[in-house]
Amino acid sequence: MILFGYRLPAMSSLILWGLLWEIFGQLEVTYFIPSLSAIFITLIEIAPTPAFIKAISETAHAFIVGIFFAVFIGVPVGILMGKNRIIDELLLPWVNMFLSAPLTALVPVLMVLFGFGIKSIIIITTLFAIWIIVLNSRAGVMQINRSLVDMAKSFGAKPQDAFFKIYFWAALPEILGGIRIGFIRAVKGVIIGQLLISIVGFGALFELYSSNFLMKHFWCVIIVLFAMAFTLSEILAHLERKVSYYASKRG
Amino acid sequence: MMGRSLYLKIISAVVVFGSWEIGGRSGVSFAFPPFSESMVAFWVLVADGTMFKAYAETLKPLVVGIIISGILGIILGIWIGLSEKFDWLISPIFIVMQSAPLAALIPLLIMAYGIGLTSKVFVVCIMAMPVIVLNTSAAVKNTPTNIKEMAKAYQAKYSDIIIKVILPASSPIIFAGLRLGVSAGFIGAILSELKITPTGVGDIISFSRSIADYPSMYAAIFSIILLAVLFLNILERTEKILFKGSNQGYVSD
Amino acid sequence: MNKENAVTVKNVYKNYGDVEALRDMSLNFPKGELTSLLGPSGCGKTTLLKIIAGLLPATSGEVIVNGEIVKDPGPDRAFVFQDFALLPWASVIRNVAFGLELRGVAKSERESIAQKYIGDVGLKGFENSFPHELSGGMRQRVGLARALSVDAQVLLMDEPFSAVDEQTRRKFQEDLLNLVKDQNKTFIFVTHSIEEAVYVSDQIALLLPRPSRVSEIIRPTSFKNKDVDSIRRDSEYLDIVDRIWKSLRSYVE
Ligand SMILES: Nc1ncnc2c1ncn2[C@@H]1O[C@H](COP(=O)(O)OP(=O)(O)OP(=O)(O)O)[C@@H](O)[C@H]1O
Ligand SMILES: [Mg+2]
Repeated sequence: MILFGYRLPAMSSLILWGLLWEIFGQLEVTYFIPSLSAIFITLIEIAPTPAFIKAISETAHAFIVGIFFAVFIGVPVGILMGKNRIIDELLLPWVNMFLSAPLTALVPVLMVLFGFGIKSIIIITTLFAIWIIVLNSRAGVMQINRSLVDMAKSFGAKPQDAFFKIYFWAALPEILGGIRIGFIRAVKGVIIGQLLISIVGFGALFELYSSNFLMKHFWCVIIVLFAMAFTLSEILAHLERKVSYYASKRG
Repeated sequence: MMGRSLYLKIISAVVVFGSWEIGGRSGVSFAFPPFSESMVAFWVLVADGTMFKAYAETLKPLVVGIIISGILGIILGIWIGLSEKFDWLISPIFIVMQSAPLAALIPLLIMAYGIGLTSKVFVVCIMAMPVIVLNTSAAVKNTPTNIKEMAKAYQAKYSDIIIKVILPASSPIIFAGLRLGVSAGFIGAILSELKITPTGVGDIISFSRSIADYPSMYAAIFSIILLAVLFLNILERTEKILFKGSNQGYVSD
Repeated sequence: MNKENAVTVKNVYKNYGDVEALRDMSLNFPKGELTSLLGPSGCGKTTLLKIIAGLLPATSGEVIVNGEIVKDPGPDRAFVFQDFALLPWASVIRNVAFGLELRGVAKSERESIAQKYIGDVGLKGFENSFPHELSGGMRQRVGLARALSVDAQVLLMDEPFSAVDEQTRRKFQEDLLNLVKDQNKTFIFVTHSIEEAVYVSDQIALLLPRPSRVSEIIRPTSFKNKDVDSIRRDSEYLDIVDRIWKSLRSYVE
C-alpha cells in the first residue's frame, strides 16, 4: 500500500496488529489474551528454562529427521515416477490419495505401533511432508523440455550424466517448490503429532501450561512456533525464487 | 489404454492390501491386524449402524465450519483482492496462518470455548480459512487486465465488472481453494475429535484403542480416510467438469 | 554429382503407430555441402533429421554416415535445436562446452575450445552470462557454437533461425554461407522459408506431404560463387524461388 507517497513494506501491517494486540491486552478485556509486552517478558523468562529448551530441541530433532526422510525418499521416488511410466501408474493413485488424506487420523495407529515417543512423531512428520515432494519432483521431471533430453542424447550422454546434469537441474525449481510446501506441512505435522502424543516436546509444554492456565506462557510458545514457521517458509520461498528465474525461460 | 491403467491400479491395490494382510498375519505387532480382520470389523460397524451415527457426529462441526469459513473466506478474499488497503491490512495475517502450525491453538480454544461443538467448529474454521482467503484474493487480483479493460471500454459499472467479469474469471481458483479448505477442514475435524473430546469417529478410534480392539480402530481410521479421499475426489472431478478449459492453480498448498 | 556423400538415407520408412510419416525416403547429402529440406508442415522433416541424428529409430531402411550405419547418436553428428535447448542454469561457456563435457574432455581443454567458438559466433564477452540474459539471436549462437565445438562432420539443423527476428536471421544466413565455405562440414538444414533455402543451399530437397518422399532435388549453380549481397538479385535465384513456390503451393491450397 502507498501512504503519503511512500510504499509500505508487504508485511508491515503486522506491526499495526501487534500494537492493537498490546492495547487490547493492556485493557485486560479477557484473561485469555494478555498484552504482547507481557508475553515477551515471559518469553525472556522461560526461554532459558530446561523444559523450554528440551521442547525446542526435541521438536527440532523430530522435524529434521522427518524432513530428511521425506526429502531423500521423496525426491528420488518422484523423479523415478516422472521417468518411468509403469512405476508412475503403480504409485500415483497412492500418492494422490495420501496427499489429500487427513493423515491426522493415522496418529493413533502410529502410537500403538511405534509407541508414544519421538519415533512416532518423526514418522508423522515424514508422512505429512513426503507426498507433495514426490508429486512436485514428478511434475518437475515431466515438464522437462524434450529437446534438452534430445540434446544430451545427441552428444551421447551416459545415463548418469543425463540424470545429474539434466534431469535433476531441469526439475530443480519444481523440486524446491515441493520441498518448501513439504516443510510447511512438516511443521504442521510435527505439532499435530506432539499435540496428540502429548508427552514429548511442545506437546508436554502445552499440557503443562494449559492445565495450569498459564496464558502468557502459552502464547509465548505459540508466538515462537508461528514465527519460526513463517521465517522458515519465507527463507525457502526466497531460495525457490532464486532458482526459478530460469523456470520461465525454458522455452 | 484405459484398460491398462485400471489393470495397474488393481495390481497396486492388490500388492498394498496383500502386504497389509501378510504383515498382519505374520504378527509384526499385536497392534497390526490383517487387512481382512479390519474389513470384517468395518462391516460390523456399518451393519450395526455405529458408523452412521458416528459420522452424523463427526460431520457436524465439519459441515458447519466449512460453510462458515467458505462464506467468510470468499467475502474476505474478494475484498482483499479488490482493495489494496485492505490487502495490506489483512493479507499478512492469513499468510502467517497459512505457514503456521495452527493446531497449536487448540489447547487455547479448549480453554476459551470449552469442549463442545463451538471449539470444534472453530478448529475447522481456522484450518480451512487461510487457503480459501488466499486463493480467492489471488484469483481476484490476477484477473487478466485486458478483460477488465474490455468491460470498462463498454462502460460497465463497477459492480458489473465484479459480478460479470472478475467473479467468473476467478471462480475456478476460488473453487480449488474451497476444495483445499475442505481438505484442511477434515484434518481439523479429526484433530478436534482426537484432542478435544472423543465423539463420532474419533470416539470409535479412541474407545477401540483403549480396549485393544485394533481391527475396529483400523476400520474407523480406514473409513475416515476413505471418506475424505472420495469426497475430495468428487470435488476435483466436479471442478474439472465445471471449469473445463480454464486454467486452475492455487497459491500454494 | 561426383562428390562423395557424407550422409546417405536409403529407403527409410517411419511409422508413428498408424501415422505413416516417411515412406521409402532416399536422399544423398554430399560432403561439404549444405542441403535444405523443404516441405509442407508435418511432412516429416524433423522426423528425418532425428533419424539421421540417431535420436529416433527408423521403422525400416538405413542411414549411412561416413560409411557406417547409424544406430545411436555419435560424435560425427551434431544437432542444432530449433528452441536452442540451452541449459538455463549454466553459463554461456558451460553451455558451449557441454557437448565436450559429456564426452569427458578435461575442463581447461574444453573451455579453451569453447572460448574459440564463442568468439567465432560473435559472443566474446558473454562467456559468463546466462541464457536468460541473452536475446533470442544470441541464444541461437550459443546453440550453434556448442554444435561447432564438438567438431562433428555433419551438422543437423532443425529450423535453427525460426525463433530469431528477421534482421538477425539474415545475418545468420550470411554467416552460415561463410561457415559452409570455411569449414569442410556437411550441413543438413530444415527450413520453412523458400528464400532462405535457396539463399543458403547447395542442394534443396523438396518433400511431399505425409507420407513423405522426395519430390524434387534442385541444385542452384550460377549464383553460388557470387558475393552474398548480390545473390538476392540474381535471376536464377529468383527463378528457383518461383519454381519452388509453384510446386509447393498446390499442397497449401
Ligand atoms: N512422437 C510422435 N508421435 C506420433 N506422431 C508423430 C510424432 N512426431 C511426429 N509425428 C507425426 O509425424 C508427422 C511428421 O512430423 P514432423 O515433426 O517430422 O514434421 P515436420 O515436417 O518437422 O513438421 P514442421 O514443419 O511442422 O516442423 C506429423 O504428421 C506428426 O503428426
Ligand atoms: Mg519440425
